[in-house]
Amino acid sequence: MSAGLEKLPVIVTAKVKLNDLVTRFEFAHASGKALPPFSGGAHTVVEMQDGAKTRLNPYSLMSDPMDPTQYAISVRRDAAGRGGSVFLHDKVQVGDKLMLGMPVNLFALDLTARKHLMIAGGIGITPFVAQIKQLQTTGGAFELHYSARSQALASYADDLRAAHPKRVNLYLDDQNQQIPLERLLSGQPPGTHVYVCGPRGMIDWVLATAERLGWPPEAVHSEEFLAPQSGKPFTVDLAQTGKTITVGEHESLLEAMEREGVDAPYLCRGGACGQCETRVIAHDGTLQHNDHWLEDDERDGSKIMPCVSRFEGSRLVLDR
Amino acid sequence: MTIQFNDETFRDDYTFRNSEWAIRRFPFPFHEDSYMYSVNMERHRGGPEGSVYEKRFDVDEHYISEMRDRAQVLADDPLRCQSLPHMTLAGWDLLELIMVSKSEDYPDLFELHRDGATWRWVNKPLGIDDTFTFMDESSLPYGPMEYITRQTQGDFAVLDQRENNLWMDAGMVTTQADWSLDFDIGMNFFEWHAPVPMAHEMGVFKRALKFLLNVQQGSPARRLNWTMTVNPLLDTSPENYHKWGIQKTMLTPENVGRKQHLRVELQTFFRLPRSNALVFPIRCYLIALEDLVTVPKWGRRLHRVIRDLPEELATYKGFIDNRPMILDYLSQYDDGQTTSPGIWPDLDTEPPLRR
Repeated sequence: MSAGLEKLPVIVTAKVKLNDLVTRFEFAHASGKALPPFSGGAHTVVEMQDGAKTRLNPYSLMSDPMDPTQYAISVRRDAAGRGGSVFLHDKVQVGDKLMLGMPVNLFALDLTARKHLMIAGGIGITPFVAQIKQLQTTGGAFELHYSARSQALASYADDLRAAHPKRVNLYLDDQNQQIPLERLLSGQPPGTHVYVCGPRGMIDWVLATAERLGWPPEAVHSEEFLAPQSGKPFTVDLAQTGKTITVGEHESLLEAMEREGVDAPYLCRGGACGQCETRVIAHDGTLQHNDHWLEDDERDGSKIMPCVSRFEGSRLVLDR
Repeated sequence: MTIQFNDETFRDDYTFRNSEWAIRRFPFPFHEDSYMYSVNMERHRGGPEGSVYEKRFDVDEHYISEMRDRAQVLADDPLRCQSLPHMTLAGWDLLELIMVSKSEDYPDLFELHRDGATWRWVNKPLGIDDTFTFMDESSLPYGPMEYITRQTQGDFAVLDQRENNLWMDAGMVTTQADWSLDFDIGMNFFEWHAPVPMAHEMGVFKRALKFLLNVQQGSPARRLNWTMTVNPLLDTSPENYHKWGIQKTMLTPENVGRKQHLRVELQTFFRLPRSNALVFPIRCYLIALEDLVTVPKWGRRLHRVIRDLPEELATYKGFIDNRPMILDYLSQYDDGQTTSPGIWPDLDTEPPLRR
């Protein structure tokens, strides 16, 4: 199943600069129709036409899941990245048309939880904004612990604290404030689920602490979309389609296949969902696995995740 | 087309009948002359005009009578409809999906008028005209899942998705092929499929689960499943086996064509947007063998499939004892001619039965 098939044509209705790094984009359906409802934690893949290049970047939806009139995403400007976020910040304006992928949720609330303990770092706040709106509608106990570099960069902190003064806690790096993780994870009622979204280091910290404190793995949830990393160009033979393609320095293997018209399934484009998993038929060189989908024993040269992983060597043959 | 609804029963005097129209559009499940398990999923994006695949939720001539039968099953056994507390949001999702689909697909039969959270639902065949508040359970006579599935043909398993698995946490199950919601409630995908023979060894369920976990919003999927049922019984439940199991012993060479039915399930899968749950509608279609063999291709093929089916499957599907009698009957309709590939009746191109 090629998940990219279902798309929503939208128009940019608002572009709001929140601070030096983060800008919010709001969208309405291009033909005025209702947008599909979604679940808190869902993302959409934003399709941007940058000249001849099609950019596809996933962003968490952070509008009210119950509001069919608009979607919103918040984009952190990543000057060192491959250009998608900079393109959005600099080029996309109110009135522009874009295509969005249907919402896909890889970071859903576990609705059996008695309480949701949310831990956010920086731009990782966005899925929680939608989840909190969902819980406001359906009821459900939650507590948010949100860490940011400074008050100015703490996007949405004021709104969230105003709406939920007793449930939202903010920690600022420049004030030397740190989330009291050990205490938080030690003092939760049974049935609590913990969710973390933020930089890699924070996710690792929360996962490791939860494991050490004996949290059941099914009660610990994390989401991190990896951006594809740049690397040396490489050539790939595609056995099914009979094509030989070259993956550029700043391009992912998935993007190179799409550029050459090879149908490759995807959902998250960030190494998390497993949808693009591809069988390696032969290789002479080193597979550089950058995903967090494949198990260790699957990183044996038999499989690759084309959305984020690369190759260095003389020959790579894939089952595509 | 305007549907002429039948007034018929699925119990006691069994007045259920398929019209010529219903026979031609029956979802015959065998695309070749043999059968083995497979993850035979395809996208549920419509189908040929008039076929059961065309609409998201097919409505046919049995609608009113099936809903009457469901109400009676529920009156006798309320546990056929259950929803664990965390599944209410999924119930609203399902209500919305069905109301939107039916009002768009059958505007002459169903209407949905939405003004913010105030919704008016008109179901003309069942004579319902209700105004309620979306997401407010107190504004409906039943919970949202029960309300809408009392008005929709087919069983509904509503599956929560967590821990990379699916959980049978809600459902409306009154037309089932011998499984019990009350027994399966709260089980995960592997637990509720444990009784199925052979398929586990074949890795079918692992592949099927992986597929289902990736069914996304706006991209529903479908497959067919089948079994055999004596008499046109919708409710072949384990709870009532003492009532219907014995009917399998009443088959005779004289009545087999009339009493023995092929039972086909059109199973569809939709991602539910607000809850991220998955709904699994299981729609049951019944056809008497004597009606099925009026399509020459289907008569030939069903004989070959039933004849060559592995013993484990004939046992699991509950007709191993009657298989010889069924085969005696069907063999009259198999003249050995080749059949065309695919499930469609192909009445214009397939040769008539050679006697």
